[in-house]
Amino acid sequence: MTFKLAASPHTHQKRSTQQVMRWVYLCMIPGIILHHYFFGAGVWLQMLLALIVGLSAEAIAVKLRGRSIRTVWRDHTTVVTALLLAVSIPSLAPWWVISIGMIFAIVVVKQVYGGVGQNLFNPAMAGYVVLLISFPVQMSSWPLATELAQQRVDLSTAASLIFSGYTPAGYSLEQLRMGVDGLTMATPLDALRNGLTAQFTTPEIFASQAIFGAVGGIGWGWLNLAWLAGGLILVQQRIISWHIPVGVLLGLAVPAAIFQLFNPDTSIPVSIHLLSGATMLGAFFIATDPVSAATSNRGRLWFGLLIGVLVFIIRSFGGYPDGMAFAVLLANMCVPIIDKYTQPIAYGHGGKS
Amino acid sequence: MKTSLTHQLWTFPGGIHPPERKDLSNQVAIATLPLSSVYRVPIKQHSGAAGPIIVSPGDKVLRGQPLTAAELPGQLPVHAPTSGTIAKIGPGRVAHPSGLPDTLIEINADGADQRQTLEPIGDYQAFSAADLITRITAAGIAGLGGAGFPTAQKLNQQRPLEALIINGVECEPYITADDRLMREHALDICRGTMILLHIVNCERAILAIEDNKPEAVASFTAVLNEFPAIELRVIPTKYPSGGEKQLIQILTGRQVPSRGLPIDLGFLMQNVGTAYAVARAVEHGEVLDQRVVTVTGENVDKPGNYWVRLGTPVADLLAHTGFRAEPQQRVIMGGPMMGFTLPDLTVPIVKISNCVLVPSTQELEPAQTEMPCIRCGACADVCPAQLLPQQLQWLAKAKDYDGLEQQNLFDCIECGACAYVCPSEIPLVHYYRKAKAEVRTIAREKAQAEVARQRFEARKERLEREKQERLERHRQAAEARKKAQAEAQQQGAPNPQDAVQAAIARAKARKAALAAAKAKQEDDSSA
Repeated sequence: MTFKLAASPHTHQKRSTQQVMRWVYLCMIPGIILHHYFFGAGVWLQMLLALIVGLSAEAIAVKLRGRSIRTVWRDHTTVVTALLLAVSIPSLAPWWVISIGMIFAIVVVKQVYGGVGQNLFNPAMAGYVVLLISFPVQMSSWPLATELAQQRVDLSTAASLIFSGYTPAGYSLEQLRMGVDGLTMATPLDALRNGLTAQFTTPEIFASQAIFGAVGGIGWGWLNLAWLAGGLILVQQRIISWHIPVGVLLGLAVPAAIFQLFNPDTSIPVSIHLLSGATMLGAFFIATDPVSAATSNRGRLWFGLLIGVLVFIIRSFGGYPDGMAFAVLLANMCVPIIDKYTQPIAYGHGGKS
Repeated sequence: MKTSLTHQLWTFPGGIHPPERKDLSNQVAIATLPLSSVYRVPIKQHSGAAGPIIVSPGDKVLRGQPLTAAELPGQLPVHAPTSGTIAKIGPGRVAHPSGLPDTLIEINADGADQRQTLEPIGDYQAFSAADLITRITAAGIAGLGGAGFPTAQKLNQQRPLEALIINGVECEPYITADDRLMREHALDICRGTMILLHIVNCERAILAIEDNKPEAVASFTAVLNEFPAIELRVIPTKYPSGGEKQLIQILTGRQVPSRGLPIDLGFLMQNVGTAYAVARAVEHGEVLDQRVVTVTGENVDKPGNYWVRLGTPVADLLAHTGFRAEPQQRVIMGGPMMGFTLPDLTVPIVKISNCVLVPSTQELEPAQTEMPCIRCGACADVCPAQLLPQQLQWLAKAKDYDGLEQQNLFDCIECGACAYVCPSEIPLVHYYRKAKAEVRTIAREKAQAEVARQRFEARKERLEREKQERLERHRQAAEARKKAQAEAQQQGAPNPQDAVQAAIARAKARKAALAAAKAKQEDDSSA
């Protein structure tokens, strides 16, 4: 009788890539629910669209590459990319926005480079940046947080808006974005940016806009706390290490605090930096994409710090109100050099014997 | 240097906690396996060269009789595991991951099991280190922890030691051979340790045991008051704490330099099984012809530990323990982390075989298809050598040997922690082993090419030199000739040159005379 030959080790911890990815999207649930609560049912349709387009695009790309679709789908990385892009874009954006973003993310950013593990850039963020540059109007038309809006966006309204551009009652997205006072309203980061550019002081902007009712702005503060909660579960479950999120938050908060200390009237407060825009989603769910991040723990801390500082710079001095996507892509580019200078000292190479 | 070994314990980076499953086999005392009818003794069972064979087919041998000699350093004898007749000597399958054959001595047992022993040494302290080392070599003792390095060679060092470390960690899951040996033979292990201390001229021994073996710890605490030189350290359970480098880091907080040895830090490490074998060899004259082997896994009915004679085919061991093979059965020699699978059961137990593991598919699920690396870094978090396993993997697949060198491939101890945690089930260790073999092959080929180049250049140089020498000889000969002529002339001898001139002149004169005669004839005839 002959026996099966195998290479050691013969035992294996049972945590597959699929399980890792499943943890990631399970931990997104609190954020998605609050997203729905504050910005309407559109997010569900965006997620559905992103999944359908993303998985189909991947199937075609994988087929063209002559690989097995089943094994590629099995790792669930595309599911995570789709969900991340869907929650990053305005929830009532037209259907073709998310579709173009997903096709670019999956086909160009991921499969053209050789599939999962080979991509240099974070697919969701590369897709997001393509959309932001190509369709700035659609990509900055965030619906108003429910508490401020005149009407709730239910599923049928959202479907109608996403697929036709108008609600069943004939309102356009622009009309929906009017606040209780009948004015179109921006996101908190947008409002601060525009106000500061127009030479208003931070307290003046806070006083003049209804969106700053709560920490981080109405809706946005709670949403960020929900992403934070999910992210902490990921850290606790050791799905992600703490190095990148801590790096991002420190890299953003430290310079922001220094500026707030010296220029309280002309800078964005630390609380808004941390609890508005894509900060927590980016720190815990996006920057932690292992494929495009640095390798060692020390490198990951630097990688996170770099993202945080870049977000601060873009928000304070750049041309965009939020900068998470750009910061992540720029940091992705720096990964090889970060890895080169943060290689851990191997056993017996320390010099001190 | 004397300050580094306190009671403080350190830790090493990384490490894992796989299911231990040690209670499967450590519940019953070590049993003795009944005699087999045929033993297959490989002549090489340690790390080093095999000694020359000193028996021939047909010879009658006794248990404990050497079958090979140890003539050179690094060679170790192997001994007959029972009395009987040498049936044949030839190639056969041995316990090696490659599955390649090696020379085996096959013995047909006569059933009498007659034994010969060496002369027991009563008071080892009356003997010199050299004498005791000779005894340890004659007994064929190699490191029983797994590497199988000749114990005598390890002891035969002249550098001062801070402490001798006795390794009773046994961190590999499933294996309990050392655990049972420590529980049942703590006294002999201590005596062996004292002999080892005497040989290396050191006064301090540290015995390290993982805290998942409280019974072993208890049996030592019962006897250790007789041995003040031996200190017990109970260390936290973590794989791979039993690795030589990792254990030194745990006990001292220091790292053995890359490509260095523990002796560079003033330490020497021996396994508890080795200490036991030394005690038996010195005090009882028993050679190393048996060892404790753990037989475990859900596909044996009687898991436990057995005294197994070296050369016993694995088939006999499994038959005795109620082995039920399932389809796609794996038979692992060693533990689940570092053991290797056997192609068949004719393979014999040797000095380094500490475990035979026959798992069911449910308990140790076979590896799934390798998925792409997602660079999650779980491997780097558990690597005890602080390497970046995923980088090594990319470099190994790309055959970037310089990159592998830069990433310190050869500091990998192949513990398998990285592959254990990899969510993509990449057989990382397999890639490293292959890359190491390739790097070694390239280095060997390079060395051979270098030797060839040197030979070629030496030959070219020699030919050129010989040519120059030949020319020089000719030149010298010509000069000598000229000189001799000149000297001869001076002494009045005719210049040979003059003789030539004279000959030419004579020839010319003859020609002229002939021409004159001819002309005269013509004149006469025409007149």
